[in-house]
Amino acid sequence: MSRLLREHGLAFQDALRRLGGQFVAAFLNLLVIGIALSLPLAMYVVLGNVSDFSRQAAAEPQLTLFLRPDADATVARNIESRLKGHAAIGRYQFVAKAVALEDLKKAAGLSGIVEELGRNPLPDAYVVTGRPDGAEALEALRSEAATWPGVDHAQLDTLWARQVEAVIRGGRTVVVILGSLLGVALVAITFNTIRLQILGRREEIEVSKLIGATNAFIRRPFLYLGTLQGLIGACIAWGLVMFAVGVLERELGVAASLIAQDGVLRRLDIRDTIALAVLAGGLGWFGAWLSVTLHLRRFEPV
Amino acid sequence: MITLSGVTKRHPGGQEAVRRLDLSVARGEFVLLTGHSGAGKSTVLKLMAGIERPTEGTVTVSGQDLGTIRSGALPYLRRNLGLVFQDHKLLLDRSVFDNVALPLRIAGFPGADIGKRVRAALDRVGLLDRERGDPVTLSGGEQQRVCIARAIVHRPAVVLADEPTANLDEAYALEIVGLFRRLHEVGVTLVVSTHSPTAFGDARVREVALRQGILVRSGEARA
Ligand SMILES: Nc1ncnc2c1ncn2[C@@H]1O[C@H](COP(=O)(O)OP(=O)(O)O)[C@@H](O)[C@H]1O
Ligand SMILES: [Mg+2]
Repeated sequence: MSRLLREHGLAFQDALRRLGGQFVAAFLNLLVIGIALSLPLAMYVVLGNVSDFSRQAAAEPQLTLFLRPDADATVARNIESRLKGHAAIGRYQFVAKAVALEDLKKAAGLSGIVEELGRNPLPDAYVVTGRPDGAEALEALRSEAATWPGVDHAQLDTLWARQVEAVIRGGRTVVVILGSLLGVALVAITFNTIRLQILGRREEIEVSKLIGATNAFIRRPFLYLGTLQGLIGACIAWGLVMFAVGVLERELGVAASLIAQDGVLRRLDIRDTIALAVLAGGLGWFGAWLSVTLHLRRFEPV
Repeated sequence: MITLSGVTKRHPGGQEAVRRLDLSVARGEFVLLTGHSGAGKSTVLKLMAGIERPTEGTVTVSGQDLGTIRSGALPYLRRNLGLVFQDHKLLLDRSVFDNVALPLRIAGFPGADIGKRVRAALDRVGLLDRERGDPVTLSGGEQQRVCIARAIVHRPAVVLADEPTANLDEAYALEIVGLFRRLHEVGVTLVVSTHSPTAFGDARVREVALRQGILVRSGEARA
């Protein structure tokens, strides 16, 4: 057991030495891998943010009934009695125009602009929340409510959210395709790196076999090298994407707070990070394994 | 220990390097393979190490037929051999120490052991002071001795040496012969090829002579 550990330790050290030995070539390789991986990764993060946003909206379909500016309390009570006991409705809430104005000031930091308006341009409104998955019933209610006296405009908030969801689904497919293609590229890059390494170490492999090295012993440093290359590439991609999200957040400023709570955009969490490491490391290992298996055959039967 | 029976080795070019050879080396024996250049000495040693496969006949080492041995078992068999190559086969991108340490690393020796054993082996070939040296800076004879150190560092039961004294001055040649004698005394089986048997003086060896791939003499052990 301890001997196996020692042999793995030696193989790992050997792989590190090889990476460090040809620093410039190794670094360029790693950069290519890192950038390639960062493309689907960045898209994944963007989709994650958009999807968080739209899911909030779609999970609770909302219908807003804006009242006419001249609508009085009688009209409002009338509308409220129609809403009460309607089958499509989960709950509803009256939002007075003064309250709406306060919300607007707080939410988007628009207080300066609002002050300058001098008067409140917002109407009173009823915000109706449908039952979960009750988007269609709410759609029917929208057509109906639009004809009620005192209702100026009835607006359903789910349609765009559902459209965004569809776009996100398409985007996910693109991420999977792009990720797969670049995964294949990662395997190919590693395959080639290991091929060159094997060519450069021909004599060593030959002599080692002559004095009793097993195939596993000869393979091991190359497998470590491939895995390490994938892992370091993943680290570079991770760093690039996290940095980019930070920059984007700062650039978006106020707008970021519309997309995400507290204006903090979603980043790669621990699960994403582990998945990335396992995938990239695994693909690197696989590329190395393919290369070693194929190229070491040439040393048979010695 | 090592048996060749009816072995013929024909190279792709059509030439027969070894022809219907029967040769048996007992445990603890010191066999000197002699013959002119091209007689087939290197081929016989390569057959014994499983580096070449016989075209006909069988080669058996420690009771294992090299023709039918699992490829996974061959490395473990080789760890019981110490090979001295005619062309040294040193790795020029690492130090003398690391070259000699290679068989120990391959066999999974712990680090502390490796240092001790490598220095002991280098001491035996008179190159202890070149431990950190670069093989490229060594003379042909010194490279030869590093190769010998690498062959004996893991204390193999069998040493197969291909013209180990060919590049050595007489004084060093005598030293290496002395080293082989001492190995012989502690029970190591040796098969050593040479085109100048006189260098081995009065060592208790059995001389096996080859001429154009044919065994012409398979003597008794000299007393
Ligand atoms: N790889 C090879 N291909 C073709 N002929 C070879 C090869 N190796 C050796 N020979 C031939 O086999 C014969 C024996 O060679 P070798 O065993 O090296 O002799 P020695 O070591 O006694 O000088 C020689 O005639 C040599 O030319
Ligand atoms: Mg020869």
